[in-house]
Amino acid sequence: MEVLGYLINGISIGSVYAIIALGYTMVYGIAKMLNFAHGDVIMVGTYIAFFAMDSLGLSGIPAVLIAMAFCVVLGIVVELLAYRPLRGAPSLAVLITAIGVSYFLQNAAQLIFTADPRAFAIIPVGTPPLSLFGGRLTISVAALVTMAVCVVVMVGLTLFTGKTRTGKAMRAVAEDRDAAQLMGINVNRTISITFAIGSGLAAVAGVLLCSVTLQQLQPSLGSMPGIKAFTAAVLGGIGSIPGAMLGGILLGVIEILGQSYLSAQLSDAIVFAVLILILLVKPTGLLGKQVQEKV
Amino acid sequence: MKKYLALILAVMMVMTMFAACGGNGGETTGAANAGTNGGTSDVAPVKIGLTGPFSGGASVYGLAVRAGMEIAVEEINAKADAEGGLKIEFKSYDDEHDGEKALAAYNQLKDWGMQMFAGAVTTGPSNAIAPDAASDRMFMMTPSASAEEVAMAGSNVLQMCFTDPNQGINAAQVIFDKKLGEKIGIIYDSSDAYSTGIRDGFMTKAKELGLNIVVDDAAFTSDTKGTISNLVDNCKNAGCDLVFLPFYAAEAVTVLQSAAASNYDAVFFGCDGMDGILSTDNFDTTMAEGLYMLTPLNPFDPDENVQAFVQKYKDKVGDQEAIPNQFVADGYDVIYALYEACVAQGVTGDTSVEDTCTKLEEYFATASFNGMTGSNLQWDENGMVSKNPEAVVIEDGKYVAVK
Repeated sequence: MEVLGYLINGISIGSVYAIIALGYTMVYGIAKMLNFAHGDVIMVGTYIAFFAMDSLGLSGIPAVLIAMAFCVVLGIVVELLAYRPLRGAPSLAVLITAIGVSYFLQNAAQLIFTADPRAFAIIPVGTPPLSLFGGRLTISVAALVTMAVCVVVMVGLTLFTGKTRTGKAMRAVAEDRDAAQLMGINVNRTISITFAIGSGLAAVAGVLLCSVTLQQLQPSLGSMPGIKAFTAAVLGGIGSIPGAMLGGILLGVIEILGQSYLSAQLSDAIVFAVLILILLVKPTGLLGKQVQEKV
Repeated sequence: MKKYLALILAVMMVMTMFAACGGNGGETTGAANAGTNGGTSDVAPVKIGLTGPFSGGASVYGLAVRAGMEIAVEEINAKADAEGGLKIEFKSYDDEHDGEKALAAYNQLKDWGMQMFAGAVTTGPSNAIAPDAASDRMFMMTPSASAEEVAMAGSNVLQMCFTDPNQGINAAQVIFDKKLGEKIGIIYDSSDAYSTGIRDGFMTKAKELGLNIVVDDAAFTSDTKGTISNLVDNCKNAGCDLVFLPFYAAEAVTVLQSAAASNYDAVFFGCDGMDGILSTDNFDTTMAEGLYMLTPLNPFDPDENVQAFVQKYKDKVGDQEAIPNQFVADGYDVIYALYEACVAQGVTGDTSVEDTCTKLEEYFATASFNGMTGSNLQWDENGMVSKNPEAVVIEDGKYVAVK
């Protein structure tokens, strides 16, 4: 029964990593850049949700919708101002710009929101957990919601990229940007949409992250989960949407089981050791595609 | 057009960078022009400096210490204006809880002419500065850096707070005396010297007393705070009826909320870092009901000295709802201890740093100090203070002494 409880903890944290990882992996797949500011978009989204609930007195779902809308705009604006001018630039320049944007967002948040931690959970804290097997297994409502949202997001995103025109355009740009442009696809618009979706998901991920794990808000909130999610995206095969999901959930489960059964002090070391092992065997990640480089 | 946009963005970015380290400017309180404003004495004011985290994650502690020190400085200077006597010039710089920045700030204070150093607030920066203070012969008394190695840096480095292992020992003793728990779990931050220091002291004493510790390796680091809720489950599954939490209020909020979310009902026992949990923004304080912690100052103590101090703090921050934590009191006590020492030893603004240090060392070797955080405080040869933390439990949103 304990194992089951830990497994659920792992899957719920992993689901959060997975939703964040989707943002990394989509942007990488389509714009071929690592958006290191993604973790900080999470933080901004969470603050917006917090203020929508705390100051405007909204309930959870409208607050998250407002946060998503804000992050969508933020994602598009960041892409427009910081990344689009560098479209033809070497990837190193774009990477450094992304790190710059990350620090900019963090410092701006520290300035505007101050560094005082604020308690925040979208599920009211007193909500009784789901009790199974005569109370031997309890699952918090936040964990259930997180896992459900993760499934919905994955199904939604798979349908979106598979069935819709915009989704197909995204896949085309990911495959070959120049060819897509020749076929009449507006590459800039497609990349903007990718950023918008990734950033909107970031707001959801941030709120879930707070509810399921930290229960509090600080301007540095997004940086470490951001890095873990990036790891998850690489583990699953960067550029692949199911890969990000699988990678995120695996990472969460390994982290929690390692912490509970092997050593709490070494939980991060275990996670990264597994990552190294997998990448040694399969350098493109679990579901990554082998791309032949033509010389 | 693009160029203008780029320029505006660049300016914005530069502005946030400056703003983020806005506290760095330094602030002077007190008798900046004491020599000319016609106080009844011609004694040059002594210069006391402080570095602390006034921005960033640990700012709650830095701001509290600074407020306490400023209250004391203002009182002393007002008294000197009325009756004559020694005044204090006080300056503080932000160290953002970072060792390197703290050293830079300390050097700036030296350039300003600081005669004694009343910092740093947190352990990391204090560890960075203490060896320099020892070799500079700069008298240093930290209000709140509780690691043993800070005081061990030199004979001129003293602490106003009790040491980390000492807290762990006291916590174990209280748990033993009051029979608070049969099966004990410890969750701690293995990346933080404060947390591991307390844990070590606690473990040693708990073994000696025969307490039953069933979970002793539930560690997180500053990078894995996301898994704290799972550590709470670890303790729950091990059947712990008491969980010891040697860390700060921010992480304790996570622990208490996680416990509530998974129906885990145990006694939670924290240390002095837990002070301030009741003022965490948006935190449902009913969850802190029954939380034990250690503190040298109980702001709910009906004692009139304590209440007068609480009122001074409320006036200082301009918020009648504010509750001072122990860091305010520690800061306040440091200024008074230094002031009493200067008066007794005839140290003034004209005394050299070296002489100030020697005289204060002599004084504190035998001194006994009465302050807000304890009475009859004495310092041992290592510079550690004889002070016992009081255990309190939160009931109805107030601290109640454990009897």
